[in-house]
Amino acid sequence: MSQQRKAVALISGGLDSMLASKAIMEQGIHVEGINFFTGFCVEGHTHAIRKQDADKVKRNNSLWVAEQLGIKLHIIDIIEEYKQVLLNPKHGYGANLNPCLDCKIFMVNKAKQWMQENGFDFIITGEVVGQRPMSQRKQTMPIVAAESGADDLLVRPLSAQNLPATLPEREGWISREKMFGFSGRSRKPQMTLAKEYGFTDYAQPAGGCCFLTDEAYSLKLVDLWKARGERDYDLDDVMLLKVGRHIRPKPHFKVIIAREDGEARFMSGYKKEFVSMNCASHRGPLALIDGTPSENDLIQAAQITARYGQGREAEQVEVTIRDRDGAERNVFVKPLLADEIPQEWFV
Amino acid sequence: MSVHVLNARRLLCPLPVIRTQDKVKTLQSGDVLTVECTDPGVMQDIPAWCRINGHQVLETRSENGEYVIVLEVG
Repeated sequence: MSQQRKAVALISGGLDSMLASKAIMEQGIHVEGINFFTGFCVEGHTHAIRKQDADKVKRNNSLWVAEQLGIKLHIIDIIEEYKQVLLNPKHGYGANLNPCLDCKIFMVNKAKQWMQENGFDFIITGEVVGQRPMSQRKQTMPIVAAESGADDLLVRPLSAQNLPATLPEREGWISREKMFGFSGRSRKPQMTLAKEYGFTDYAQPAGGCCFLTDEAYSLKLVDLWKARGERDYDLDDVMLLKVGRHIRPKPHFKVIIAREDGEARFMSGYKKEFVSMNCASHRGPLALIDGTPSENDLIQAAQITARYGQGREAEQVEVTIRDRDGAERNVFVKPLLADEIPQEWFV
Repeated sequence: MSVHVLNARRLLCPLPVIRTQDKVKTLQSGDVLTVECTDPGVMQDIPAWCRINGHQVLETRSENGEYVIVLEVG
């Protein structure tokens, strides 16, 4: 009896990795999924803290895909290790701070480590030749295989017929003829295959699944590095850049203002890490103050905070300032007018 | 059987799932784990993760902006 071969599939939560996994499962291979969390992943839940997105389906697409496929999914936290990828990408950035090629190499390398530690035989990805401008070009796909160390253990079922035969094909574990020759940016072949497999519901992330491809987010991250004088970050930084209105009146401090109740609830979890404030005399948002503000800076921050509350037209608004240790004091300020907040303060 | 509590407050998806996954790896079959979260997405994701991995959700509830999931390790 032949040995049951096992493959680990990189599951992003999108259609391509779902189809690639299914194509290999159809060949009798035992498949399990792996999903890497960098901290920058775009998921419905990040948006779910905002009320305007409350009607969006609150699901993790990678878990959902695994459930549709009937496979196990291993979600791996790579936040710390990923810093080196983002801060020093050998192959550079895309349009924003997205180090797509280095990211793919890193993830395939991690998948190879996982494969070896768990007794699996090869790796599957949903890559398609020519699908993405940076990491999925004909010239870069061999780089991913070589620099990740996966070499011919890396199988791309959707484009396999356009690529050199891999070891699982040469050994007869899987058939090249039962894989595909997709290429280019068109999604039609994938949609046709999805229909064949009976997949009617799947995520179609526009612009990728990573905040680093987003210009506004990338600018906020660059602003953070500039203000701190070093290119570094932690998970709280990553999370807080996803929420609130960020206003930087001076280089050494920034005001993060909740835009909705959901964001305020989320940000209230950071009251022990940041000086925080909110209007006491009127309804208004929670604000966190990042950096090293002086007492005068806090008054200015209170004026900005008051600007975004219901007392914005009032002569005077009472604002509660809360230190990290919970000590509170109230100040009375005149809210800034809209034209007193220059556009360049908005990060 | 032992009973455990995991504080996953303030974490956004998928971190509560990852923390749950890592905690469950340290537990025995039949152990009960209560996961306390603030991301409403966990009400969908942790049960999905349990279904995939053979654990049983005993209870889900939301109270005062928090979301609590009680599961039994399979």
